[in-house]
Amino acid sequence: MFGQANVLAQGEAAFPPSVDDFYLPSILPWGAHDSYWFTKITAMVWIAVGILIIFFLVTYRKPQLVPTKKQWLAESIYGFVRNNIAVDMIGHAGVRFAPYFTTLFCFVLLTNFFAILPFFQISPNSHIAFPAFLALISYVLFNYIGIRKHGFAKYFKNSLIPPAPWYILPLLIPIELFSTFLVRPFSLAVRLFANMFAGHMLLLVFTLGGFAMLSANAWLAPVSVLSWVMTIALTFLEFLVICLQAYVFTVLSASYVQGALADEH
Amino acid sequence: MFFLAAEGGESTHNPIIPIWQEIVVGSVAFAVLCFVLMKFVFPRMEQTFQARVDAIEGGIKRAEAAQAEANQLLEQYRAQLAEARTDAARIRDDARADAEGIRQDVLAKAREESDRIIAAGKEQLAAERATIVRELRTEVGTIAVDLASKIVGESLADEARRKGTVDRFLSGLESTGAR
Repeated sequence: MFGQANVLAQGEAAFPPSVDDFYLPSILPWGAHDSYWFTKITAMVWIAVGILIIFFLVTYRKPQLVPTKKQWLAESIYGFVRNNIAVDMIGHAGVRFAPYFTTLFCFVLLTNFFAILPFFQISPNSHIAFPAFLALISYVLFNYIGIRKHGFAKYFKNSLIPPAPWYILPLLIPIELFSTFLVRPFSLAVRLFANMFAGHMLLLVFTLGGFAMLSANAWLAPVSVLSWVMTIALTFLEFLVICLQAYVFTVLSASYVQGALADEH
Repeated sequence: MFFLAAEGGESTHNPIIPIWQEIVVGSVAFAVLCFVLMKFVFPRMEQTFQARVDAIEGGIKRAEAAQAEANQLLEQYRAQLAEARTDAARIRDDARADAEGIRQDVLAKAREESDRIIAAGKEQLAAERATIVRELRTEVGTIAVDLASKIVGESLADEARRKGTVDRFLSGLESTGAR
């Protein structure tokens, strides 16, 4: 909640912004730089969890056949993930994964959205820890689902041996192993992390850049204004990225589960 | 890495290395979120969806049942109506037949009555005529004998009675008159 405002207020608008701008002093104990248990980032995660729990519990306290507006909103979110991601990707069996995917989608979307929400203005997902454990859950989930469905041996046979002529298999099997079991969790985590990290960095560059130019030379004020206008424009772009990355993360998780459930390669 | 270089390597953070405390906090928070939403919210949404489907399908089924019942009732009413019509027709026919019978009856009785009255009249007429004829005959005989006695100068009454002259004469008259 202190973020850039704090930095600016202290008049130490260091330009260019650095990685350290992502690691704010902890809240408890106040101002410590090596304590990570209670920082702005973890506080935002708890706030996101609280908002989602309260929103869904309140809107779905007394569900009715003919929904109220709030109930309709909650149902639309669930219905979107259920029908447009889970069922579309996995088929009818996807319904039982819909609750997890919806939770995942909402969590990623809201924590991403903190990147452009005034006073929050940084997404927890710009710290790789959060995308990493979400990706790890997806990784464990699809492997577990696949092994439970097919059995250990058949699952790995399905996943590793594509229906190809035998002489190409020595080439394909390492590729499959690499892409399916090694790269997937990393690509999933890094995609989300890098997008949010880069987005925050971009906004920092244009915001702080405006101040830097203004303090360097008053004649550069018009360029500063242009820089801040760019910040606004980039905020809209950031909003697009936020929604897209939440969607992509969920869709890819669903796609991995679909691949694990599939009978053939 | 660029930023690390820019800061002269004094940065202690590597953005690619996750902070384990954040992993713990994030996992716990996300687990809480998953627990609440997946246990208390989304299953109820599925139930609501199912209930909605049931309500719509049930509504259609109920409507179909009502339609079928209505059709059945209509058929029943139609059958009853047709039955009532044939009944009415039958009753009308019966009534007509009854009326005809009664008419015939009354007619027959009236005819019989009139016949009886006519017969009685004729009988009475014949009886009166016979009486009159008999009286006339005695009277005519008496008058004739009286007249004859005045002409002859003596009483012929006993004679005439004895010989039946007058009667014979009258019978002769009758037979000639009848011829």
